[in-house]
Amino acid sequence: MDNQQTGFKHFVEEVGNISAFTWKFIKAFFNRKQEWKEIIRQCYIIGYQSMPLVGITAFIMGLVLTVQSRPTLEEFGAVSYLPAMVALSMVREIGPVVTALICAGKIGSSIGAELGSMRVTEQIDAMEVSGTNPFRYLVVTRVTACIFMLPVLVVVADGISLYASYLGVNLKGVLTWNLYYHQVFESLSFSDILPAYIKTYFFGLAIGIIGCYKGYYSNKGTEGVGIAANSAVVVSSLVVFIMDLIAVQIADMLGYT
Amino acid sequence: MKEETVVVTQNLVKSFGSNHVLKGFNMELHKGENLVVLGKSGSGKSVLIKCMVGLLYPDNGSVKVFGQEVSDLTVHEMDELRTRIGFLFQSSALYDSMTVRENLEFPLKRHHPKLNQKEVDDLVMEALANVGLERAVDLMPSELSGGMRKRIGLARTLILKPEIMLYDEPTTGLDPVTSREISELILEVQNNYKTSSIIITHDMDCARTVANRVIILINGERYAMGTFDELMNSDDPQLKPFFAAL
Repeated sequence: MDNQQTGFKHFVEEVGNISAFTWKFIKAFFNRKQEWKEIIRQCYIIGYQSMPLVGITAFIMGLVLTVQSRPTLEEFGAVSYLPAMVALSMVREIGPVVTALICAGKIGSSIGAELGSMRVTEQIDAMEVSGTNPFRYLVVTRVTACIFMLPVLVVVADGISLYASYLGVNLKGVLTWNLYYHQVFESLSFSDILPAYIKTYFFGLAIGIIGCYKGYYSNKGTEGVGIAANSAVVVSSLVVFIMDLIAVQIADMLGYT
Repeated sequence: MKEETVVVTQNLVKSFGSNHVLKGFNMELHKGENLVVLGKSGSGKSVLIKCMVGLLYPDNGSVKVFGQEVSDLTVHEMDELRTRIGFLFQSSALYDSMTVRENLEFPLKRHHPKLNQKEVDDLVMEALANVGLERAVDLMPSELSGGMRKRIGLARTLILKPEIMLYDEPTTGLDPVTSREISELILEVQNNYKTSSIIITHDMDCARTVANRVIILINGERYAMGTFDELMNSDDPQLKPFFAAL
């Protein structure tokens, strides 16, 4: 019972601390003074350098989903719906969530480890005593880059997976690019794209905030760096799923179904 | 004539949970002097200097730097104050994703944004020349030895020409020859930059070389104060162990 109470207390404390950290970020985000050069550098690292991993994963997802869905649709004589089905699945759900999970693994762990290592080696303290605000320089820049870059990565992933799906359709059939393109965009509506796109900003916020929080407040010692990197991935992946669940409910309430 | 004081602590109290580290510590740092604080590991020496730059805040008592109460300063005032204080960390705390040049440019460009690149380069080379490491300008911190890292850390601090220097165990982990070089460098900094310094150490050779005054910290309080020779020649049994190796 004591262990359960301690665990629950720790959970509540952690939620409170992350909320306070998020609020501190929001206040700093709307501050006039920003580290634009560092934000652009982080956008390059977080966005551009994640493209190969996101691209390869999206290609495989699009291809596999198409190839594996074909037999089921064939049973009902509905193979012609394959492009529409893949497009809806990818754009509404799989693209944003899987891209966010990949980023939680790649970006979340990298931010957690980097800031954790800086904390352990007193680099964050050194920055603070030199009169530079480390929260603004290290945290605001990384979280902002995550917020801006995750939607870009999701759009790229959606595009690549749809192209892979086109190749998948043509493995066992013949469909021109124009017809495929027409079928995809015929099936997609504004209400499919908008909620899926908006939630990616929140996924970016969650990945950035949790990675930074875990690293920024990592305990002293090299073990703390490992724990920071690991827990950044675990917690941000979990938060992505929870946010997705909430986003689906909100979209449903607003009639975006 | 009364000496000008730049740092004053009064009844400084700091605890971490049930661990009471500082229990009413008092001290004054006079302008232009090197003050060495000696104490066992975990006695609160580093906590003391971290309270002076706002990295930690005391639970009770007062820390005044240049007459300003550190706890009462706004974020902006604190940043202003920090530009007048240099802090050499035990681990040197070089930014390991930046070259030596970028490490030195980092504080300079942020506090003097109007300097052109030529002026920045000149100041970087001057700071490196003062610690005898011009050749390391384009190296990464991972390519430097322990002693070189300490020197670069010192150069990065000195580039803003601080009035107060706080050294957190500057010779820990270094061989005796390099320790001696760092101690001499601390004296050079005092003479060339006219800084007032607090040196936290348990290296008695370093303390003997650099100290104008020494404070012994025992059980979170100032136990003794005086010149190095006065304390070394004291008959106090609590002080004897500090000087036993000499």
